[in-house]
Amino acid sequence: MTKINQHILTCGGTGCRASESKILAARLKEELKNFDLDQNVKVVESGCFGFCEKGPIVKLLPDNTFYTQVKPKDAKEIVEEHVLKGRKISRLLYKDPTTNETIDESKSMGFYKKQIRIATRNCGFIDPENIGEYVARNGYEALGKTVFELKPDDIINTIKASGLRGRGGGGFPTGLKWELTAKSESEKKYVVCNADEGDPGAFMDRSILEGDPHSVLEAMAICGYAIGADEGLIYIRAEYPLAIERLKIAIKQAEEVGLIGDNILGSDFSFNIKLKYGAGAFVCGEETALIHSMEGFRGEPTLKPPFPAERGYFDKPTNVNNVETLANIAAIINKGAEWYSSIGTEKSKGTKVFALAGKINNVGLIEVPMGTTLREVIFDIGGGIKDGKKFKAVQTGGPSGGCLTEEHLDTHIDFDNLLAIGSMMGSGGMIVMDEDDCMVSVAKFYLEFTVEESCGKCAPCRIGNKRLLEILEKISNGKGTRDDLFLLRNMSEVIKDSSLCGLGQTSPNPVLSTLDNFWDEFVEHVDDNKCRAGQCKSMLKYVISEDDCVGCTACFRVCPTGAITGSKKEVHIINQDLCIKCGACMDKCHFESIELIA
Amino acid sequence: MTKIKSLNDLRKLRDQLQSSIELRENAESPDAVVQVKVGMATSGIASGAREVFNFFAEVLPKREVKAIVTQTGDMGYKYAEPIIMVTLPGKSPVVFGKVDIPKADEIIEKYIKHGELVDGIVPESYKTI
Repeated sequence: MTKINQHILTCGGTGCRASESKILAARLKEELKNFDLDQNVKVVESGCFGFCEKGPIVKLLPDNTFYTQVKPKDAKEIVEEHVLKGRKISRLLYKDPTTNETIDESKSMGFYKKQIRIATRNCGFIDPENIGEYVARNGYEALGKTVFELKPDDIINTIKASGLRGRGGGGFPTGLKWELTAKSESEKKYVVCNADEGDPGAFMDRSILEGDPHSVLEAMAICGYAIGADEGLIYIRAEYPLAIERLKIAIKQAEEVGLIGDNILGSDFSFNIKLKYGAGAFVCGEETALIHSMEGFRGEPTLKPPFPAERGYFDKPTNVNNVETLANIAAIINKGAEWYSSIGTEKSKGTKVFALAGKINNVGLIEVPMGTTLREVIFDIGGGIKDGKKFKAVQTGGPSGGCLTEEHLDTHIDFDNLLAIGSMMGSGGMIVMDEDDCMVSVAKFYLEFTVEESCGKCAPCRIGNKRLLEILEKISNGKGTRDDLFLLRNMSEVIKDSSLCGLGQTSPNPVLSTLDNFWDEFVEHVDDNKCRAGQCKSMLKYVISEDDCVGCTACFRVCPTGAITGSKKEVHIINQDLCIKCGACMDKCHFESIELIA
Repeated sequence: MTKIKSLNDLRKLRDQLQSSIELRENAESPDAVVQVKVGMATSGIASGAREVFNFFAEVLPKREVKAIVTQTGDMGYKYAEPIIMVTLPGKSPVVFGKVDIPKADEIIEKYIKHGELVDGIVPESYKTI
């Protein structure tokens, strides 16, 4: 008599797969077989656990043991020691970065304590390639209820009452959007899922699609029923191959059992879902550009109105929702609008998924209630700044957002609070910076991104952003003046006011917020030719210390421009006019006698 | 899988499938369910702990008790192997010694289901820090 009495969950998200988690899962199965334990222990490849910093993650249940950075070669030890003898392997357990204590239960990790998981409720819990596990977690119950027990108006009213707002960045009330599309009269309507996640450092939509694709399919069908559509399209970028593969499997499985397709659950409601691939242009996350791209035209935005709710995909009423927005829908239908609206702040309900990245200890994916402070997210969940450095800024909202500083840390995160302090929610990317980051370079980085991604249709965005970038380059090359700083601000305001779509209207935000919050640093760059973070190369000087130089001529020989002079056993000197700051001399010196001075 | 034809069928299917992830569901909230730890060091296994472990893992779900059955290392009471520790929700753990299959059955029926203590309790002789 045998029975499964233990589950081993391995992370099958893109991040962990890149660190060989698939081989690890295979190795675990192999070892279990060797010990005749394959009848008692089940290996499940799940979606993202969120704790990407220390991947690949392996979680053993039921005792909630959380192993980090597991390699395929550790499989044998896990089976032999933990599964067979019940001894936890302490070297693989998670260590708290601040207290250095090992934590053997995932329940007591700071990373998970403050999280509430709604949109990511099944990520890292179920096998995304098995519809049975989704159904066992009450999956498709909400769709069943919708089709048999609710009227379209009931659903729209529930979503409206829940206070759910679009998670793609705009924060438009989802229920209202559904209502507008429902009211548009047409024999054909469409539901579109916007999976064109483009912010640098954001990966929540990808993780949801990889970890729990059915939650999005179910929500699209519910939306279809509410607005009177029978066709759904998922616009996903081709650079998310694993998410596409899992979606295809999910659609196939759901069609096989009759949960998607014609006559869902034997009713007369039909809803089919297809995938549409994007090439990964940032502007295609904007709904009108997205629709043009799906129609086969260039991904360029058009003026609203008409909104897609009136005239969208092939001029038919179209409801466009982001992945994370949709992932909340089934939970709201099942548990009720009141439950959902009890979480969060007055104007922003529910939870928000954030992708933590940058100089933070726990890089990964988290879901917290709206109203959590930035401090809690960065220091309690994120585990603080790497290598004990000092916190400098956090960039939220991607290229359209802004940089926030120490003084904003106690802000309660929601749509309106972030706007009020000059940033925005965006899709939920959060990039943390420490004292080694130069804010002029940060502004430059985001602008380089928007210049690259601008579709070029309107002049303010196409030409204006290019000029902004040129001024920033001038400043970081040490040739900026005070006038440039005022020009930056002035041009930014004009671009914001006159651009056609959201991309241009928000692209100067990183410039404006860094100007506002780090004015001193900009002034230092233009007045004193100084970059306090040591990032702007032109402002650095390589200097040879007289005390340490032994005159070995190693640097002299490696210098490509002949900037170093001096003969054997004499102190060498760098001619600053000829130095191109390549750093070759510093790499070559065996006596650490070359210094970099800001 | 065959086509699901109605909401009732979907719910029936869900109830059937639930057992496949029940173990994970229970582990989500360990304090709300019965926890059984079986001492599975070498001496424990030699005196039959594995059979006891399998018995609990198999029988508890069948008798509709929500429980987590885990194995642990040596608990120190070698004279009384096999050893199990049972924690009912909101109660202090109780250690039972010399647990064979009939004893295990008695523990489930009396202590786990109704909270009645049975013979074979090993008094706590140490504190964990």
